[in-house]
This record gives sequence, structure tokens and C-alpha cells, in this order.
Amino acid sequence: MNNILEVGDITVKFGGVTAVSGATFDINPGDLLGFIGPNGAGKTTLMRVITGIVKPDDGHVKLEGQDLSTYSINERINCGLALAQQIVQPLQEMSLLDNVALACGSAKTKSALKSMFYHDRSAERQRARELLDMVGLKEACNAMPSTLPLGYLKRMEVARALALEPKLLLLDEPLAGLNQNEAKGLADLIQSLNDNGQTILLIEHNLREVMRICPLLYVQDNGRPIAYGPAKEVMQISDVRNAYLGKAN
Amino acid sequence: MAYEITLMTTIAISILFALSLNFISGFCGQISLGHAAFLGTGAYTSALMTKASIPFLITLPVSALTAGILGFVIGLTSLRVRHDFLAITTMGAGFLFVGIIRQQDFFGGEIGISGIPATGLGRIGFMSLCLALAAAFALFSILIRGSWMGFVFSSIADNEDVTRILGINASAYKLIAFVIGTATAGVAGALYAHHFRFIGPDSFGFVESISVLAMVIVGGIGSVAGIVFSAALLSVMPLLFQFIDDYKLLLYSALLFAMMRFSPDGLAGLCVRTYRKLTGARA
Repeated sequence: MNNILEVGDITVKFGGVTAVSGATFDINPGDLLGFIGPNGAGKTTLMRVITGIVKPDDGHVKLEGQDLSTYSINERINCGLALAQQIVQPLQEMSLLDNVALACGSAKTKSALKSMFYHDRSAERQRARELLDMVGLKEACNAMPSTLPLGYLKRMEVARALALEPKLLLLDEPLAGLNQNEAKGLADLIQSLNDNGQTILLIEHNLREVMRICPLLYVQDNGRPIAYGPAKEVMQISDVRNAYLGKAN
Repeated sequence: MAYEITLMTTIAISILFALSLNFISGFCGQISLGHAAFLGTGAYTSALMTKASIPFLITLPVSALTAGILGFVIGLTSLRVRHDFLAITTMGAGFLFVGIIRQQDFFGGEIGISGIPATGLGRIGFMSLCLALAAAFALFSILIRGSWMGFVFSSIADNEDVTRILGINASAYKLIAFVIGTATAGVAGALYAHHFRFIGPDSFGFVESISVLAMVIVGGIGSVAGIVFSAALLSVMPLLFQFIDDYKLLLYSALLFAMMRFSPDGLAGLCVRTYRKLTGARA
């Protein structure tokens, strides 16, 4: 089967510190891969390598067999990646609806020059409304981001990423900062997106929710991959238990 | 009547110039502290060409082109530096422009260029042209703001990194804003040169860059109507009252400070808030 994302032997060094060393995994169509590891494991660094913010010292990232190493972040997004960031960054001067509608209009914004000839936003706003409805924000469509709590903005980030109709959705700690109920609700949403065929890479700290929804796990500790495979098997590996849960006496 | 015509022409040129900066700073959020350099580029291009007996109307598009090309080059720096650093870089470009002009005999050096030929349009004809160009660019600005290009501009002004994460080539949009804004400043410069019939390096220095920034900020950054009003007001006041002309920079700076402190969205924002208060709508 052709994989969607191939991360091969990625190594990143910051000065003398090796942040990621030999990270390797594949994501196949329809997968929901949970990427876990304790603080400082290099999760965010690896995510940044995938999106192109950090250049790796070694290794490759391929999307559907296409090497992304020379691509800028917006080119990678256009190839089929979409990212919901750990720290939510709504466009503050726009309503939630327009935040998502802008992402829906990628056909109109692809050529900067031609974009001046498009005025109609109704189709994109309609699509944005559907997406916000899907993530449970129907009633908050016209609200400004500054008036909304974090849980809403996290969902908006997911809707905005989905608006790009990505082949692979990257979620960087979407549950961080949410209370138990909010986290469970958002995890349910992630699972239902996956059930509908969306391929997802989920970086997350919340082990309880990850174990609940992710069939596959990739675990990293101190920048090194320590396990990769079906969640239940991975959690039986002693290295993983030691790294993530602490050593048993 | 002649005085009123001069006044109207000055106002129209100021509006065009202020709206050209608004395109870059107001719409796209790229602060420029050297915008007078592009006014100067247009002015010198047009003045030198009409002195070489080339018809004024032909020099207009050429002025736009030269200023636009220079704007493209300066715009390239905006791809590498942002915010305060971009402000410093554009300020540097402004000083560089004046420095080069001062040293070159070709540009008239310190003395500048005088005896710039008349446009051949007559005073009323020239005033009408200035007003028409200012109105056309105001209309164009409003159209762009409502288009998808304007949508992306406001997204870049808000958060450039997020814009890129949405798969948008923010660099291309920023370059377009710079080219359109600076080319328009070039047109304003050509009009300026033929309005005053004399130009020198001092006409396009840092003070002029700050003055036009004051017009944009006092009017309300991004608001076309607000900027048209403030550009008209701030350009006409020094002409009506001599003492204001003497303390022009002081007054503009005080206005800038007052606006930043009390109404960061300028007169336009002030009007909107007052209107909402009066009509009892949401605050």
C-alpha cells in the first residue's frame, strides 16, 4: 500500500544538542497515528520538520512519495498537509467564520494577482459554516476570536485545517490546556474525523485520550524513537513504560 | 480662484500619496518609514523627462514604473525582515535615496531641479487630473479591500505565519502590495513635481515620510475614507495657517502620539465608536 507520509531517519541538531535522532515512521491512508513522548522528547521539533519550519540535518520527509525537503511551508500545505497548532493562533481581526472561509478559498488565493478579481465569498462562507458546524461551533460562527474560550479556538483550528481538505491532518497537542470534558469531546471529534476517512497524525500528551482513540502509536524519548506499532503492543514495551510512565519498582 | 485651485491640487496629491502608503501599511500591515523616496523617484523621473521635452502624460506611467521597480526591490527586503526591522530598513532606504540624490549633479544635487515645464493641461485641467487619479485610486483601494486579495492582505497584517500555514504564498502578496503602493506613490510624485515646478532632496526626506505616515494613522490605518479626510486636513492646514507650517513636524508628531494613545484606529475608529455610542448599538 502506498503510504501518505514517510518520515525517514530524521535527525535534527541544535548546536551540540541532538533534538531528534533517526526518527522513522510511515502513515498510511486512513491511519490515526498517535505520536507521544515525555516533555523534551522532540515531538514538536519533528512536527516542525514535517511542516518545514525546521530543516533536518539528515533524513527525508515524503508526502505520497514526493520529497518535501526543498518546499516552503505554504508549498507543503498546498501538497496536502494541514496543521492545527499547539498554541492557537486565530486571525484576531476576523470572525471565526472568516478565519475558516479564508482557508476554504485556497483556489482563489493560489495566484496572488488573480485574487484581486474574485470578490464573492458566499460559497467559502457556506463551506466554513458546515465545517464549524461539524466541529460543534455552529452558534459561534460570527463571534470574534478574542471573545471565545480556548476550547472553542482549538476546535476552530481543527476546522480551519480541515478547510484545506488535507491528505494528512497534523494536530499538535490539540488537547493541551483543555479540561477533561473538553478534551474528551475534542478527542471524540478527532476519532470521528478519522472514522470518516481522514488520515491524522496526532501529537499529544494526554495519554488517556491517546490510548482511547489511537490504534497506532509512535513513541519518542530524548529524541530517539523507542517504539512504533499497534497501541496495545507498544504500551507493553518496557522502555515505553519507563520513559512515559516512570520506572516501576 | 487660483488659490483654491492650488489648494485642491495639493489636497488631491496628498490623498493619492497617503492612500498609496495605506495600501502597503494599512492593508498589508507592512510599516514603511521611507515612503517619500518613492514620491521622490516619481518626481525626479517625471521632472527629468519633461525637461527633456517628453510630454507629461507619457512621463506619468514611466514614473509609476520606476517607483514600482524600486518598490519591488525594497519589497524583497520585507520578505526577510518584519515589524520594527522592516521600519528601520525602509527608513534606511529613504535616507539612501536622499543621499544619492544630493550627490549627483544629474539630479541637480543640493539645488534640485527648477523650471520644470508646465503640463500643458492648464491649471484646472491639471487639478482635475489630480482629483481624478486620487478618486480612481481610492475606488481601486475599496475594490481591493473587498476582494480576496484584500482578504489575504488583512490576514497577513494580522498574522503572517498563520497566513502561510493556510497554504497562502504571503511573500507574493507582500510584493504586490509594495509594487502597487510604491508605483502609485511614483504617480503622486510626478504630479507633485509638476504642481510645484521645483523639486529638491529636502522635499522627499524623512520628514515627508513621517508626514504621510501621520496622515494614514490619524485617518485610521486601513480606512480609505478616514485617510482621504485626514490627508486633506493635514495637507491644507499648513497652507492656510503659516504658524502651523512652521511647527508642522511638531504638530504631526503630537497628532501621531495622541492617536496612538487615545484612538489607535484613528479618526475612522473614533467616528465608528461615537456613532455606536449615539445609536446605542453594541459597544
